Amino acid sequence: MTAEDSVRVKINGKDRTVPEGLHVAGLLSLLQVTGPGVAVERNRSIVPKTNYESTPVEAGDEIEIVSFIGGG
Amino acid sequence: MRSRSSPSSVEAEDKMEKTKQSQDGPLLVGEHVIESRLIVGTGKYENYPTMKAAMEASGADMVTVAVRRIDLSAKGEENLLNWLPDGMTLLPNTAGCYNIEDALRVARLAREAAIGDLVKLEVIGDEKTLFPDNHQTLKAAEILLKEGFTVLPYCTDDPIVCRQLQEIGCHAVMPLAAPIGSGLGVRNPYNLRIILEQATVPVIVDAGVGTASDAAVAMELGCDAVLMNTAIAGAGEPVRMARAMRLAVEAGREAYLSGRIPMKLYATASSPISGRIGA
Repeated sequence: MTAEDSVRVKINGKDRTVPEGLHVAGLLSLLQVTGPGVAVERNRSIVPKTNYESTPVEAGDEIEIVSFIGGG
Repeated sequence: MRSRSSPSSVEAEDKMEKTKQSQDGPLLVGEHVIESRLIVGTGKYENYPTMKAAMEASGADMVTVAVRRIDLSAKGEENLLNWLPDGMTLLPNTAGCYNIEDALRVARLAREAAIGDLVKLEVIGDEKTLFPDNHQTLKAAEILLKEGFTVLPYCTDDPIVCRQLQEIGCHAVMPLAAPIGSGLGVRNPYNLRIILEQATVPVIVDAGVGTASDAAVAMELGCDAVLMNTAIAGAGEPVRMARAMRLAVEAGREAYLSGRIPMKLYATASSPISGRIGA
């Protein structure tokens, strides 16, 4: 991956370089995020599951990927 | 509106009987039907098998879960949801949020992740006590209610804030018994009684329960349910404590519905006075 075909984004508070042209669905698959109970926020907006394929991941994006853990 | 007081007059008995019947059924929170009046948390367990066994022993059908960033460096980590017994209703919390904005973000993420509208709203005001910030909780609840959430707010055992939360449309109120994880039990039963008397939505005691009798006390007061985590997960034998809590909640509920005898300073003989020998 060269500088031209990659973009810098922030995922869960950490800087990362990911391939250019990804959608959220592709990003999750790249990060091996699977399973029930996952939610994604892009630039402070929720990305509904139905929009994973149509929501692009662009340079400078701030993305949060969360799931459920034990809590009271 | 349900009557919480115990009418002493004979005329009120018919009405009370009807009220009891409606209270005998499952717990209704908004559109959600909850069979068990013991709601349990999923935190602090040593491992998932113990958690699952404790949930089964508790008889609970609603569980709280927290929302956190996925650890992207940890591969193949087990998913909590795969360890919950079938048929559980998820109640995601906003634990760890100290302001409205964070609580709203977490609630919205939870709704997307859970595909459900329930949220246990926590806006914490202080790290040491984990007491809720009632003022911010009210504001956050108002916004979430407008967005269609079923909101169960964690609040202090303050009758005024409980009334305000129900007035803005919260689907339950969840006053604390004592600080989260403290195990101190019901610290202010008199406040709870006032909260119960004015309640038009379920009152769920959330936080502070330490042992079975604490849960029974809350239920005997007339609370609609008890929510706990540490008391079970932190017990020497969590599965056994889960069973104890189930029995305590059921016992407390039955005792409340039965209508306890009044407390008196002096004795009343259980055996008849008449027919005693030598009398």
